[in-house]
Amino acid sequence: MASVNTQRTPSTTGRGPDPAPASTRRGTSVVTQHPLFVVTTALVALLLIFTLINGPTFLSAQNVRNMALAGSIILVLAIGVTYVIITAGFDLSVGSNLVLSGVVSVVVMRAVGGQGWGAALLGLAVAVLVGGIVGAINGALVAYADLNPIIVTLGTLGAALGLAQVVTGGQDLNDVPPAMMDFGVGRLAGVPWVVIAAGVVALIAGIALHYTAFGRHTFAIGSNKEAAVRAGIRVRAHLTGIYVISGVLAGLAGWLSLAVYGTTNIGGHSLDALNAATAALLGGASLFGGIGSIAGTVIGNAIPVVLASGLVIAGLQTFWQQVVTGVVLIAAVYLDRVRRLRRGRGRRGGSTPE
Amino acid sequence: MTPTATETDIALRAHDIRVSYGQVQALRGADFECRAGEVTALIGDNGAGKSTLVKVLSGSMAPDSGELFVAGRPFRATTPTDAQTVGIETVYQDLALAPDLGPVQNLYLGRELRKRGLLGLLGFLDNKTMTASAAQDFERLGLRVDTKRGSVREMSGGQRQGVAVAKAVSWAKSVVILDEPTAALGVVQTKGVLDMVRRVADNGLAVVLITHNMSDVLSVSDRIEVLRLGQRVARFTRAEATLENLVAAMTGGTADASAPRPAGD
Repeated sequence: MASVNTQRTPSTTGRGPDPAPASTRRGTSVVTQHPLFVVTTALVALLLIFTLINGPTFLSAQNVRNMALAGSIILVLAIGVTYVIITAGFDLSVGSNLVLSGVVSVVVMRAVGGQGWGAALLGLAVAVLVGGIVGAINGALVAYADLNPIIVTLGTLGAALGLAQVVTGGQDLNDVPPAMMDFGVGRLAGVPWVVIAAGVVALIAGIALHYTAFGRHTFAIGSNKEAAVRAGIRVRAHLTGIYVISGVLAGLAGWLSLAVYGTTNIGGHSLDALNAATAALLGGASLFGGIGSIAGTVIGNAIPVVLASGLVIAGLQTFWQQVVTGVVLIAAVYLDRVRRLRRGRGRRGGSTPE
Repeated sequence: MTPTATETDIALRAHDIRVSYGQVQALRGADFECRAGEVTALIGDNGAGKSTLVKVLSGSMAPDSGELFVAGRPFRATTPTDAQTVGIETVYQDLALAPDLGPVQNLYLGRELRKRGLLGLLGFLDNKTMTASAAQDFERLGLRVDTKRGSVREMSGGQRQGVAVAKAVSWAKSVVILDEPTAALGVVQTKGVLDMVRRVADNGLAVVLITHNMSDVLSVSDRIEVLRLGQRVARFTRAEATLENLVAAMTGGTADASAPRPAGD
């Protein structure tokens, strides 16, 4: 043992970064070095497998539309969760927040009594407001009270769900205005409106994250909070804003869910937050903060959806979906870690203490 | 050897600074000054009050009493950004970089350039201009950095320290404070950073170098101020300083014949 260690030490702590291997590695594998390589490969492989098994059904317009619709609502949640994870935080409350926002929205729409777009838009405003308030509570507790985000959002996970049940007496509400239901089943050029809405959210969130000062500060806070403070970034306000965004998107997802399913479905969202986090992590976001992308989350979100649909078409039990998603998640994170370690060693002599 | 500097030559002056942590008096009437175009080393043994004085000079701590002057004007800072507005930048020992961001992104962190017009108002970044300008900054300081590099995490310790120094230098209008900039570096990397420090001073800024390393002090400083038990106990010009009398002043041992001027002139 001892001799192994002493043999290793010089080679791993040497400062010479042996440029030849590093540069060839970089030259030959730009594609494989891309952070989204593993997850994209996994998605493409799944698509190929299911196409080979039953292409005509799997790739039919109907099935593609269904897959997109099934993925849209979780995608909206996952985008908010991605922002939070990039700041080195976590948001377990988005599923409960979705339910609470939907419930309050239905209650308000019912009280107003409209059947048309007026009531529906009021409902949207209410859902987004309620979601934003829950997010603001999360954000204030994380940013100003310095509490652990997992604990805070575990608290609001229970509190928001409980509150939704208090409001409804535990019964699901189904009084959704017809105009909203029309939106839920409506399409533009064959694409469901809900999918378009999720796509627009993803586009805006991606542009904001990667091209604006807001996005850059989000990465900086997650990467090194102290550095962000010293750089004059208003870290507490920014962090609160991130949780508000996550909450607002949960509210929007709540409203979209009402439009699609016509019910508050109080009991059906207990795993939403974990599914959203899975999408973000599959998409390359790091729980340590500072790393992540919306494009990655979109791809990561697609994997469980494609699996669920493909397994049914392949005639297998859909329960396998959770098994495979779990395996892909662990494999993707593990491979990414191995790759990063190897790359780090190649470029800086491996001696940097972390 | 007694330069009678006017107040405006002195970029940053601290007078009679006192700071207590409960019963402990960290600074007991400390004085300090540094001049534009010079590297002023601030040295002292552990517990001499260096870190506290750095916090006061960099504006991250308000002293219990005492005065600060920037270019002769009274200055009172309560946050690092207050100090930044009057032109003082600080590079901290623990590398205030965001490791997942690239060198250019770190250089501009918190002060990003935005695009012109509506996009700028929406917060869109002008990465092209930032990258071009950062490349110039790095080159001026003799720092070899790939501006396209994705994250500073992948760079060497010396390069990262270089980016941290460049970040401070590119924003400083009068004073750059470097807190133990070579503490974690090897011999070659240390030389690189010290060369950079020298260039910064030659470009006209006042550089304050806090370090434990006497050979760093002797190789790059124009002036040396020695802190002991919360007070300035000695000042040297580079010509006067030797390893022996620096150590003597730091430890309170008997200085030899070429004793420095007493402090508190």
